[in-house]
Amino acid sequence: MSTILESIFSPDFGFVILRVTTPLLFASLGVAVSALSGTINIGLEGIMLVSAFTGVMVSAFTRSLLLALIAGVAAGVLLGMILAYFHLYLKTDVIIGAIALNFFASGITIFLLFLFTGDKGTSSSLRSLVFPEISIPILNKIPILGRIASGHNVLTYFALLSVLIYFILIYKTPLGLRIRAVGQNPEAAESVGINVNHIKIYALLLSGFFGAFGGLYLAMGYVSWFSRDMTAGRGFIAIAASTLGSHMPLRTLLGSLLFGSVSAFSIYISSLEVPSDLIQLIPYAVTVIVLTIYSGRVFSGKIKKPKELI
Amino acid sequence: MEKLILRYFNLLRTAIAITIGVILSIIIIYIVSREPTFSLKAFLLGPFQNTTTIGNIIETASPIIFCGIAIAMSFQAMQFNIGAEGAFFISAAVGTAFAVSTQMPSFLHIVTILLISAITGALWGYIPGFLKAKFMASEIVSTLMLNYVAYYSGLYLINYHFRDKKAGFMVSHRLAESAWLRQFIAGTRIHWGIILALAFALITYYLLYHTTLGYEIRTTGSNQNFARFGGINVFKVIIISQMLTGLIAGFGGMTEVMGIHRRFTWQLSPGYGWDGVIVALIGKNHPIYIVFASLFLSYLRVGGQQLKLLSDVPPELVLVIQAIIILLITAEAFLRNVKNRIAIRKAGYSKEAGIEHDS
Repeated sequence: MSTILESIFSPDFGFVILRVTTPLLFASLGVAVSALSGTINIGLEGIMLVSAFTGVMVSAFTRSLLLALIAGVAAGVLLGMILAYFHLYLKTDVIIGAIALNFFASGITIFLLFLFTGDKGTSSSLRSLVFPEISIPILNKIPILGRIASGHNVLTYFALLSVLIYFILIYKTPLGLRIRAVGQNPEAAESVGINVNHIKIYALLLSGFFGAFGGLYLAMGYVSWFSRDMTAGRGFIAIAASTLGSHMPLRTLLGSLLFGSVSAFSIYISSLEVPSDLIQLIPYAVTVIVLTIYSGRVFSGKIKKPKELI
Repeated sequence: MEKLILRYFNLLRTAIAITIGVILSIIIIYIVSREPTFSLKAFLLGPFQNTTTIGNIIETASPIIFCGIAIAMSFQAMQFNIGAEGAFFISAAVGTAFAVSTQMPSFLHIVTILLISAITGALWGYIPGFLKAKFMASEIVSTLMLNYVAYYSGLYLINYHFRDKKAGFMVSHRLAESAWLRQFIAGTRIHWGIILALAFALITYYLLYHTTLGYEIRTTGSNQNFARFGGINVFKVIIISQMLTGLIAGFGGMTEVMGIHRRFTWQLSPGYGWDGVIVALIGKNHPIYIVFASLFLSYLRVGGQQLKLLSDVPPELVLVIQAIIILLITAEAFLRNVKNRIAIRKAGYSKEAGIEHDS
């Protein structure tokens, strides 16, 4: 027990939290931007899978990290666009569309993985690339903080930067203002000449954009291969994290960190005879409670009503 | 002809969506397989080749029917409860825990176990229902989260309290024979669960279309304000519809344990809740159609297994095809132009016969 406590209070644990949080954070931002526009995207699971797969394949066959990055992001954005097309033009319910997308992504990635590698489990037979880890010059000299915050994958830093990007996007740009306006009251937004459908498309494309990085990090940073259904529910956890943070930048970061910490913690204690299952369910239960309190306050008029999630 | 098309437009659109899905799978098989004709035969006809495979279709359909009907109870009230997955899992875990720790004569044992599971499911469904009705908490998010809570609680219950340590892998103790649902067709694993599933389909059909509660559920679903002004207790309907979802899914989860595995074997959530969403959509939330949709889905699944066993085509093809079918079936605007054109023509703007297809 004491060794476990020791390792939890060591800087390495902080390092692991950041590592585990990175894919969640990208996905959470993807959920947040879509939810803010009033159409919550529960298809991040699928978006991440397809991007992860595309990144690995392109990097293995072209040996170019840049091309892999571009292709992976393009794949994520494309999936966002497909969802937007079905939802806004063919009038598929956005939840159903996203569920279908998740099935599609799971199937198509395994299917193509098998065709390319002859293996249905992982792409480890391919020599795919990973994004580099970077040591931050001054930071790595600071005793504890250095060991927590330096030496991460470049995408981990980009994830943190993305919170800032998201903040600027929604508070400082006309598009962000419109996304929030559409989410809060589409009729009012329409009446001042905003094209609601276009704004929702942009939000879903952005959702695909953020999600894509989550997928790329998973397969080309967190580990160095693609494996079937490797997102393992992170796209859904992201919904929890984003909801917990009421889709706002800093709070979504905190929500992701909470879920990241809990899963890091459960990795650490899995060697003990402590029921890690019970610990793992806590953040989900907390999310339900937070969602309820938040919705209840909106409902009773204590805070202004943002458009209900769906 | 035109009248028929308009009348059965939804059915026709479903049929077209399924046809497109099947045609796509044929095309894909021809592209990727070295022996396309053989693979295609394995996929489309394989499921019917012998008693075992036909049995497989029916066995696989059983939990899907339960979850499909379960989901439909909420969807009919326009409650996007996707918590059948969680209710299925936790009710099966609680039911198993009860089953392995009690001894009773067979019939009584079976009835009490199923009752316990159904009650567990209903209570589980009460949570998102109450939170939605009382606090307007989005049931989509809450049920997604509760699925995880159910999953981890179920695992905790089985792995820490009812685990069979002698089994060598993470499973519960074996159910006593008094708690088994009999498999009644030799050479297959078809068990009483399928009969119960069909019974549930009939009961829920009656409930939805021939009782006051069913009317209230459907009215709440089509227009909540109208329902409220019409004197329907929407608060109650929202909760009851989601409790029914939990109840039916939970009952189905336990029949699967009692009929097929005879112990709790899931370390991963088995995914029937999501299948339930698919068949509820294909079957337009109608219990009887859902039975057929479930049989169709499990036919595809068994076809996928045949692909895996016999051919060089990855069975995940099925996941891709079912996704495309769902997207097309639920796309309200898909083929709507055709429908509108026929309606206009019928109204007398043109007397030209024949149907044009919209791309």
